[in-house]
Amino acid sequence: MSATAIRFDEVTLGYGRRPAVHHLDGEIAAGSLTAVVGPNGAGKSTLLKGIVGTLRPLEGRIRLIGSSNAPIAYLPQAADIDRSFPLSVYDLVAMGLWSRSGLLGGISRKDRTKIEEALAAVGLIGFERRPISTLSGGQMQRALFARLLLQDSSVILLDEPFTAIDARTTADLLDLVRRWHDESRTVVAVLHDLDMVRRVFPQALLIAREPVAWGVTHEVLSAENLLKARRMVEAHDPHAHECHRNAA
Amino acid sequence: MLEFVYSPFAEFEFMRRALVGVIAIALGGGPIGVFLMLRRMSLTGDAMAHAILPGAAVGYLFAGLSLPAMTIGGLVAGVVVAIAAGLVSRFTTLKEDASLAAFYLLSLALGVTIVSLRGSNVDLLHVLFGTVLALDDNTLLLLAAISTITVSALAVLYRPLVLECVDPTFLRSVSRAGTPTHLIFLGLVVLNLVGGFHALGTLLAVGMMMLPAAASRFWTNDITLMMVVSVAIGMVSGLAGLLLSFHAELPAGPAIILAAGGIYAASLLLGREGGLLWLAWPGKHLEA
Repeated sequence: MSATAIRFDEVTLGYGRRPAVHHLDGEIAAGSLTAVVGPNGAGKSTLLKGIVGTLRPLEGRIRLIGSSNAPIAYLPQAADIDRSFPLSVYDLVAMGLWSRSGLLGGISRKDRTKIEEALAAVGLIGFERRPISTLSGGQMQRALFARLLLQDSSVILLDEPFTAIDARTTADLLDLVRRWHDESRTVVAVLHDLDMVRRVFPQALLIAREPVAWGVTHEVLSAENLLKARRMVEAHDPHAHECHRNAA
Repeated sequence: MLEFVYSPFAEFEFMRRALVGVIAIALGGGPIGVFLMLRRMSLTGDAMAHAILPGAAVGYLFAGLSLPAMTIGGLVAGVVVAIAAGLVSRFTTLKEDASLAAFYLLSLALGVTIVSLRGSNVDLLHVLFGTVLALDDNTLLLLAAISTITVSALAVLYRPLVLECVDPTFLRSVSRAGTPTHLIFLGLVVLNLVGGFHALGTLLAVGMMMLPAAASRFWTNDITLMMVVSVAIGMVSGLAGLLLSFHAELPAGPAIILAAGGIYAASLLLGREGGLLWLAWPGKHLEA
């Protein structure tokens, strides 16, 4: 196995005191392509928020190894973008350069070429001057993928990137995911389409608040594991007691 | 016609001073208003304007109608309320508008009470509606300084400000600039309101921010241009309002805001980006 990119040490993530991800322990290898699957409410999005660092673990810790230079590229589920804001597609995509240009840095000729390449890679040439309010759902997702391309990050997190996206756009964007994998970037994607996971993602984490199975995709996605995942998340206890699992 | 526009300013120094004052206010308030509008904080600006009152009133209580005392008092009160409301909304489930409403109602009641403790109704009117026709050197310098600081600070904060409006999650994932940017921006809002307060009073100061900004939204889809248009509308409103007040013998502060209101109404009707007339008669649909 190659080097570790993300290491989870008995991580519990949640809101208030309620765990949404409970005692996750393990690691994601650098350069791996991992799908996170599980029923709704299983803690998949929470897990990504924990990795990005916008949500602090209630217990345990998440370590990012060897990716300190560029921050993680993160595409949240149904990104909370203000679509009415008067911003052009070009400017939206150019935000991907933030980690290099920062507050005041200029955008060089080389950067402009990169922005154009990113727009071309997602098939949005000719959309540069369009206000983002005029984009369709699929075009918006293409623009956000272009921004991810520009972030040029070694770790990329995608939260349900293909929900409500048509087949052709999905295929185009999946090609980008494969390209990132070929470039040895670490990609973690939350997905619901199990066929797609089996087809494209070599690694999978099945989670239902508690991790159910983690490893090679076809072993993780066995009928038995999937059934187990479905049962676990339904067990919600309104009178839960304090968890003492690690209080040896 | 030229005489109509020119002579009031040529003849009277107080008119020239008023014009310089409103131009300075428009320069800072224009872009601040655009950001307030795009961040859906238009009413926040209004609430903050009220929040300044008790601070200015405390300054008045100690030193009478003194520029430094009322400025410092207003700044302190505005910053306290802005930060308190900002923190409440960031760390609790109460949204910013609700927490601001709570803070500003208290501030307004407190402010009017404090002014009444010592002053006459004339003083209260002065505080509430300003004295644009009596701007002295120090006040003008203050207004100029505020617009200089505002424009420079906005130039530095431009990217995180825009990003925080469009895609706050993204900004949080790449940078920690979000919260400080928001707080500095609120500080700029307070600063401009305190400046506007000397000329237009606590109740109308926010008018020179929001009316030009709201009007500019009807003319362009480009945020940079929007700020330029907003500043221009502010300046024209200042000029038109002063002339209106001079020739029709109306109070100057309200006349300026009325002029801005007139431009807003015209933009609402005629503006190329979503003006009512264009919505009513859009023309036949295009091929693609």
